[in-house]
Amino acid sequence: MTTGLGGGDGGWRRLHPLSPLVRSGRGVLAVLALAGLSTSGLGGGSAGLHWYDIVLPVAVAVAAVVNWFVTRWKVDGATLRIETGLLRRDSRQLPIARIQAVDLVRPFLARMLGLAELRVRLAGSGDADGRLAYLTEPAAVALRARLLAAHHGLDPATPEPAEQIVTSVPVGRLVGSAAISTVAVAAVVMAVAVVIAVVSPAGLVVLAGSVVWWLVIGAMVIWRHVSTQYAFTVAASPDGVRIRRGLLGTVAETIPVQRVQAVRMIEPLLWRPFHWCRLEVDVAGHPGRDSAEGTHSVRKALLPVGSPEEARRLLRIALPDAWPEPTRPPRRARWKAPLSYHFLAAGHDGTLALAVTGRVRRHTTWVPLAKTQSVRLVQGPLQRRLGLATVHLDAAGRRAHAEFAERGQDEARSLVGDLAALSRHARKAAALSAPVATAGPAPGTTAPPPRDGDQAASVAPPVNAAQSEA
Amino acid sequence: MSPSPRLWRMRCAEVIASGGVLALAAGTAAGLTAGPGAAAAAVAVVIAGSLGALSFARNRFRSWAYTERDEDLIVERGVMIRRLSVVPYGRMQFVDVSAGPVDRMFRLATVKLHTAAAASDARIPGLEREEAARLRDRLAALGEAKAAGL
Repeated sequence: MTTGLGGGDGGWRRLHPLSPLVRSGRGVLAVLALAGLSTSGLGGGSAGLHWYDIVLPVAVAVAAVVNWFVTRWKVDGATLRIETGLLRRDSRQLPIARIQAVDLVRPFLARMLGLAELRVRLAGSGDADGRLAYLTEPAAVALRARLLAAHHGLDPATPEPAEQIVTSVPVGRLVGSAAISTVAVAAVVMAVAVVIAVVSPAGLVVLAGSVVWWLVIGAMVIWRHVSTQYAFTVAASPDGVRIRRGLLGTVAETIPVQRVQAVRMIEPLLWRPFHWCRLEVDVAGHPGRDSAEGTHSVRKALLPVGSPEEARRLLRIALPDAWPEPTRPPRRARWKAPLSYHFLAAGHDGTLALAVTGRVRRHTTWVPLAKTQSVRLVQGPLQRRLGLATVHLDAAGRRAHAEFAERGQDEARSLVGDLAALSRHARKAAALSAPVATAGPAPGTTAPPPRDGDQAASVAPPVNAAQSEA
Repeated sequence: MSPSPRLWRMRCAEVIASGGVLALAAGTAAGLTAGPGAAAAAVAVVIAGSLGALSFARNRFRSWAYTERDEDLIVERGVMIRRLSVVPYGRMQFVDVSAGPVDRMFRLATVKLHTAAAASDARIPGLEREEAARLRDRLAALGEAKAAGL
């Protein structure tokens, strides 16, 4: 499939020849448009095309072509190797077993040309580390299937397993949810405007002038949200949860279920009349451009807006084990956390911890105990006086943690010991059933335990079934 | 286990040195502008402040404690806000040993454990150099032996 892309020695392959066009495309087009504008005299009178108008786009284009020329990649057994760089050769080896997520990104221009970018995320890897931009779409899809099959310890030639669509977000609901969130901001702005108008009527005139800008900004925010989350579809497949979204440019993400570090459900105040909620998953990886040291989590929307029923179905896939029953903190915690006491609750069992926090909107966080990085107990002066303490269960990432807020002091003490011990057992159990450890098509090893009488069982397909049939 | 007693001596030296400089500056300034009585008062205030800082540093020093268990490391600290961290060896990403100029004068070092979670804090200050090296090697060995994937 990818053999047509040239570069034959030792299985090395090149990116698609049109990649430089797409990579530099947007910038070059913008500069050319600007240059054209100034040439035609629309840009303010200084007519004539100067040499420096040309230099930048040409330099960008040449850099993109050179980059394409020196970049090559291949799948070498259990690693994906990418070599790039003209002066400073940069050779990356991405161990397939450590993959955290695979994304297929298609910006608008690439989509028009039938190209796609493959992004492989490893824990702690830089944003640009596992990028292959661009491949032809079939080649990218085939490579993704190959990487994910190898990741699960299957024969790399295994075709991409079939998927079952779990849910998709209707456009109306998406636009509505974004609009409601924006309305909240608008209401605050309006309140400020009223205050200003009362204080000084002259200020109102200035404010009225900026109303247009506020509307434009609001519309842009909504547009941005809608265009990136448009046609949001979540599908379950044996190699992970697949997410597809996007209006002009599309993104297809695949998250192996066992790589989920934490799941969060957020219920904003204004969405409550519609019983909507948002689901996010934390995957170890890199958050983007602000590159600090260490491993951070990538937060991915699992569901931008959905009903509780849809959320429950998705949660069953991301967290196949039974859920613990949360308990409330003691009543005296009301003195310490008067604004959030109404939501506070937490609970755990042998495999999963669940914590509810939040003041205005309710945050529910699930952390699989096998993914716990550390357990912390924090007790402030006021908490000590009330005999309370907060236990944090940290997952990989910056803010991914379940907070057992304001528990009784003695309970918190024993909770720390329990959680540490349970995490240890969960970790060992997970290590035993890890797909890499079993190394081979052993059907059912990674399958979630069957739960009878549960409608989600029809959604979570038996893992590896598709492969063993193939 | 707890940090070396030398950490307490180091804190004392820090407080005394900064308190002395501050007392000298405050005394000189007050003496030049408002006479010797004010100078004595200023010095007394600075000394009282330093004593307060010393007692706080004493409590803080005493609050540090760490325990090496079979599977995890427990670090306790804090006077006002009590904190206790349990970090499994298998979750360790890397170990940091650092020593600033003052630390080096007292032959001390700080050992810090990093996990993939930004929030986990397992830092042990004021370890004697040999103890820091021993702890670092032990943690590294245990981390490798018990390593767990993400």
